[in-house]
Amino acid sequence: MAAADGPEPPAAFSENGEHGEHAGAHAAYAEVYSSALYRRRRWTNRVALTLSVATMAIGLFFLAWILWTLAERGLVALRPVVFTQSTPPPGSAGGLINAIAGSLMMTVVGILVGAPVGIMAGTYLSEFGKNHWFAEMARFVNDILLSAPSIIIGLFVYAVIVLRMGHFSGWAGAMALAIIAIPIVVRTTEDMLHLVPVTLREAAAALGAPRWKVVVLIAFRAARSGILTGVLLAIARVSGETAPLLFTALNNQFWSTNMNAPIANLPMVIFQFAMSPYTDWVKLAWAGSLLITLSVLLLNIVARIVFRQQKAG
Amino acid sequence: MTVSEPPQSQTSSPSSERSLLPAMQVELDNAPETPAEPKIEVQGVHFYYGKTHALKGIDLTIYANRVTAFIGPSGCGKSTLLRTFNRMYQLYPKQRAEGKIILDGSIDLLDPSLDLNLLRKRIGMVFQAPTPFPMSIYENIAFGVRLYENLRPAVMNERVEWALRKAALWGEVKDKLKQSGRGLSGGQQQRLCIARAIAVKPEVLLLDEPTSALDPISTAAIEELIQELVEDYTVAIVTHNLQQAARVADYIALFYLGELVEFNDSKTMITRPAKKQTEDYITGRFG
Repeated sequence: MAAADGPEPPAAFSENGEHGEHAGAHAAYAEVYSSALYRRRRWTNRVALTLSVATMAIGLFFLAWILWTLAERGLVALRPVVFTQSTPPPGSAGGLINAIAGSLMMTVVGILVGAPVGIMAGTYLSEFGKNHWFAEMARFVNDILLSAPSIIIGLFVYAVIVLRMGHFSGWAGAMALAIIAIPIVVRTTEDMLHLVPVTLREAAAALGAPRWKVVVLIAFRAARSGILTGVLLAIARVSGETAPLLFTALNNQFWSTNMNAPIANLPMVIFQFAMSPYTDWVKLAWAGSLLITLSVLLLNIVARIVFRQQKAG
Repeated sequence: MTVSEPPQSQTSSPSSERSLLPAMQVELDNAPETPAEPKIEVQGVHFYYGKTHALKGIDLTIYANRVTAFIGPSGCGKSTLLRTFNRMYQLYPKQRAEGKIILDGSIDLLDPSLDLNLLRKRIGMVFQAPTPFPMSIYENIAFGVRLYENLRPAVMNERVEWALRKAALWGEVKDKLKQSGRGLSGGQQQRLCIARAIAVKPEVLLLDEPTSALDPISTAAIEELIQELVEDYTVAIVTHNLQQAARVADYIALFYLGELVEFNDSKTMITRPAKKQTEDYITGRFG
């Protein structure tokens, strides 16, 4: 009966019963449309819809406000000199190139360490550990790590690396970022491998493929874009982290690519410059904020495109 | 159509033998001419899904170069038995089988020390839903071959073409071997999976409801393919479709609630089954 996918509640069937004639059906529907129950449901539906649209609008409003403020103040400050000069002393003009380079280096090293560890751990959880008690425990700990405040991770790296080395360094900063990236990659890798149908694994095993080949050649390939998306999201997340760098990489006013010494980075420069009384510094802070936001936005767009390709393929 | 007379009454007049299958007359000349050699002998096999006793002492023989069909209502254990032949169940820790399954009169397939990967190279399987790997059509076929053979590119090309020709797919895909296997239609994907399974040159081919997700034309193509494949392979097929079993199989085994009800050549099974339960199933009175 066509009523099955229409808005009519099932009451129409019982009203109509065995008669099944169209005239009778229409009369029954009309009755249902005008019934108190139907009107109340329609009203509830409208209220729920209005509320959910309103909350979404509030969220978007603040997002738009943030982006607008960033664009308004950041774009004027985003001049070519930002990409050619290092951070200036108070009162003089300069750029952010040392902070951009430092951020890039630490993010790259952090992801180079974090992504393989995360992918391997996620693979263990999904393909080998499954419901073993150790895997259950690792999954639980990973979820805690995923939501741990990043300042605690900064403090941990400070205690374990910075204090032992005796100085702040880019390596310590990169390790802190790696620790933040790992749980994100673990989670997405496990989730994406879970989405690979069991029939695909059975088909590969039925051809005589040993288990590791099933994982590496079939499951990884099927989940490739999803895992890559997870890595991109991890990059987006760590590229804006400030708290862990406060305790590890600290900052550096000059151009430096020495990972064994304190190194400049965008979040720390923003933190320091935005709260200063010097207009040049404040302007650079806005330029840096806009840069981070744009790169995160770009990464998210790339992640979406990559993921869409997986669905299509 | 109902059959009122007992099955014995038909045995007296072989010339007027007719199928018990409703609404269909099956060609009954597909009975084996030459005596068949046993390929797989199932001896007292029990199967457990955790605590569920799914197979209760199955004994039957799969003959070489013959098609054996497993039929029966859902949950009767027919797929379960098929999945013991290549130990597919062993991917899942809570499933276990007991008894003996003898391949070629000597190897016990349930021997725990058996190399499962080598076993699965000898006994191939095609599943209910088409499962093309996320790679090109060519790579889908080459994947299994590469596991056990190191072929020169030219020889590999020949093997891929041979397998696709065997699976009656070559004509449709020969110009797009580099395209993704997922871009094919459902029927083509299933024939790709069959090509992939025969490319490694197994001795036995297990088909687990290979046409249940396909349209009638693709189904007919695959049934025809099974008839050709049996010249080189031993085939065991699980099917929900009784007509299909009658069309493709030389032997039919009927399962019910984890037990083997009756096993015989197709002709006997669908014209004069020994058991009342078989006759009831075939005539559609249960199942």
